[in-house]
Amino acid sequence: MATTTLTQIDLKELAADVVRRAMRMGATAAECVVGEGSEFSTAVRLGEVETLKESGSKALGVRVFLGQHTANTSTSDLSSEGIDQMVRSAVELAKVTSEDPFAGIPESSQLGQIPGDLDLYYDDVYSLSTADRIDYARRAEKASMSVDPRIQNSEGGSFDAATGRKVLANSHGFVGEYQRSYCSVSAVPIAIDERGNMQHDYWYSMSRTLKKLESPEEVGRIAAERTLRRLGARKVKTQRVPIIFDQQTSRALLDHIFDAVNGDAIYRHASYLTGKLGEKIAGGNITVIDDGTILGGFGTSPFDSEGVPTRRTVVIEDGVLKSYMLNTYTAKKLGLATTGNASRGLAGTPGIGNGNFFLQPGARTPKEMIADIKEGLYVTEFLGFGVNLVTGDFSRGASGLWIHNGELTFPVEEITVAGNLKDMWLNVAEIGNDLEWRGAVACPTIRIEGMTVAGE
Amino acid sequence: MDKRFFFEKYGLNDKDVERYLAAALSAGGDYADLYFEYVTSTALSVDESMVKSASQGISAGCGVRVVAGERTGYAYTDDLAPERILHAAKTAAMIASGPAKTPVVNLKTNLPHDLYPVVVASVDAEIRQKLDLVMRADKAARAFDPRVKEVRASYADELKRVLVIGSDGTYAEDSQPLTRMSVFVIAKSGETSAKGTSGGGGRHALDAFLLEKTPEHFAREAARQSIIQLDARECPAGDMEVVLGPGWPGILLHEAIGHGLEADFNRKKTSAFAGLLGKRVASDKCTVVDNGTVPGRRGSLNVDDEGNPTSNTVLIEKGILKGYLADKLSARLMGLPNTGNGRRESYEHIPMPRMTNTYMLAGEDSPEDILRSVKRGLYAVNFGGGQVDITNGKFVFSASEAYLIEDGKITAPLKNATLIGNGPDVLTRVSMVGNDLQLDEGVGTCGKDGQSVPVGVGIPTLKVDRMTVGGTGTAE
Repeated sequence: MATTTLTQIDLKELAADVVRRAMRMGATAAECVVGEGSEFSTAVRLGEVETLKESGSKALGVRVFLGQHTANTSTSDLSSEGIDQMVRSAVELAKVTSEDPFAGIPESSQLGQIPGDLDLYYDDVYSLSTADRIDYARRAEKASMSVDPRIQNSEGGSFDAATGRKVLANSHGFVGEYQRSYCSVSAVPIAIDERGNMQHDYWYSMSRTLKKLESPEEVGRIAAERTLRRLGARKVKTQRVPIIFDQQTSRALLDHIFDAVNGDAIYRHASYLTGKLGEKIAGGNITVIDDGTILGGFGTSPFDSEGVPTRRTVVIEDGVLKSYMLNTYTAKKLGLATTGNASRGLAGTPGIGNGNFFLQPGARTPKEMIADIKEGLYVTEFLGFGVNLVTGDFSRGASGLWIHNGELTFPVEEITVAGNLKDMWLNVAEIGNDLEWRGAVACPTIRIEGMTVAGE
Repeated sequence: MDKRFFFEKYGLNDKDVERYLAAALSAGGDYADLYFEYVTSTALSVDESMVKSASQGISAGCGVRVVAGERTGYAYTDDLAPERILHAAKTAAMIASGPAKTPVVNLKTNLPHDLYPVVVASVDAEIRQKLDLVMRADKAARAFDPRVKEVRASYADELKRVLVIGSDGTYAEDSQPLTRMSVFVIAKSGETSAKGTSGGGGRHALDAFLLEKTPEHFAREAARQSIIQLDARECPAGDMEVVLGPGWPGILLHEAIGHGLEADFNRKKTSAFAGLLGKRVASDKCTVVDNGTVPGRRGSLNVDDEGNPTSNTVLIEKGILKGYLADKLSARLMGLPNTGNGRRESYEHIPMPRMTNTYMLAGEDSPEDILRSVKRGLYAVNFGGGQVDITNGKFVFSASEAYLIEDGKITAPLKNATLIGNGPDVLTRVSMVGNDLQLDEGVGTCGKDGQSVPVGVGIPTLKVDRMTVGGTGTAE
């Protein structure tokens, strides 16, 4: 552990030093981000190890301001000369960019971080021996292939672990640092029917600690179930029916909401939600929250990529748009305050990222919701990217199961579901009680009326 | 070209290389390689007629791979100090378990192609010249029509230097330029908004944007699309005849058949195309190739990321499936020719079979005749993205510019058209192939297993007798 502590001090000192160098070279404000990470992954296929990958990396990026001009550079060359060259390039580049009255880092008073342990880092993700890691992947695959004789092939099982450290320093004296860990196990079995048609599907579990990772057997079993239920899928006729979106597909719909409230899209008029603050944009049953402070969350961090503390923001309340998602720049452009959603890698300008972004759950189970429907579609997968955020138009490939008399009956594929996001979110007839976190965005099962299913 | 760039910049020498490869094979294995990469990049964009920011980056690293049977061990480092590379080699070596092997090390390069002879790579061109490109695009898009309200134009380039040294005597050093411009426009009329996008580039110097494909060309194209979309009506839903325009709609081939023909999926029998070699998968009017050797194209490479020369591979000849896209591992395990399609996103990634430039050869029909033959259908000329499920063969791609065809004439612009089909049979319904083959302008990026690589696509005008179109309108 002693070496870890030493590294922490080194990286914070390194980031602060880069900021000082930038100021010495003429910057009026500067910000440095250092990223350090390591990863391990293994994939097993048909019981045999297919890949083993193990590595570490460290790199940094700097953003400088010359008055209202800004530029940024990044490098993986951490030698003193490499860093000097990076900082010098940034200062030179900033001289040729336009003067932008809204450019700048946050005010001193906006900087800070959430105190205390946010439950983001567990070194147990690396505690397993290589043999045990391989075994995790092997068990997940084996479980997925032991359920049914129609599963004889597989794209494999995998186990991944990663840790990352992020350090941020700026010329207001902010220096912050946090560490996060991650591990996951997954399986992708392939089933074949009597006509020789194949289907695959997947399942996974991810966690910040090995202790909370679901068992490989459970992951494999669900992957097999999801795959088997697709066998014999067919098209249906073009029609309008009630649609139930499962957790995976409803989450994708919620992602579109996030993209539409992203401050960059808002100020550029590239979102159908531009100018809709305070207006009703969804049904009265819709409340959407972004919370970067949830203990152990996949979207949790003590501060955002500009050194602003993360927070809980109500984005939509009872159908009314309450807040956009903003960083310092987009907030200034819109005459609002940052919501602490700045996000950046090492290279490039800060964009906007979510914390833990979710739709408030409802009361009933997905099974009860399905039981209400005489004829309808249960969508379990989207294919393709047919979403236009400027207009809200939505048309994506889909597959799932047909609902008949309140029961899931036969599998459906090679169809599309289409509508407009504006109407879709106004027509959410019901929200399930099944809010589950499998990433930084989570959405319960939802039922939407009035969309078009296109098929034969 | 910078010969022996890594040897000079990092003090790499022949002895080191042999030592790394010997360490990689210290526990046996069939093959090992070292992939050195050094990338410099620039990105600029103009938004609200201001160059709000500019970025430059340098990234360098080395990936070491050890292959033993069907197993791959991989480790990388972004620190090119000898002890770090050696550590990566020893880590990757753990995949194998047997007696050490001795690598055959060759240190002479032999580049089969010279597809992008760049004197001054764009990345070294004056920053002001690059700024000028995005400013010109902004101006031209705004001048196109007063309804154009928002314009974002961006420019990006990189110069990627790679060195691949394999234990089988592979030695290849290449210097790969890549540039790209893109323009995004929003037009407004009353309460209606619409977007338009355009862009292009390739493995060429900045000059290419000054001659033919100028910033004005891309700007006007994006603006034109946005204005047309202002009047677009709901797309009908259901099965209908579909005509695809030339060029970028070739994404159909990429999604419907290209991925399904990547050798790894077929070796594992996870592709809907597994076992179809020699069988009919398209109408006899269809001949499809994957050609990594087209000079200057975005998907072209002198050598792939395993150091093999790229090639022009026939995938489908007159409707019959002829070949797969292979990398070293799948060529060896399947006894197939290595087509030079082993690619990777960066030194952090394991190479796998990927497409380069995938296109259909021209046929004999005139585009006018093709349109005239359609009673009621869809004419799709521009696309956003697509996706395929290689196991069941279903694919989807979304039209960003499409029109209704009625009685052989193009009538109303349509919005929100998504096409969905089944890979192994969609091309069997191609009844007409135009004489107007075009490759796309150079914006394609393909994702597979989380790795992105630049690719190209192309088709002549095509008629597909029946495809499912997803929209919200009524089908009649």
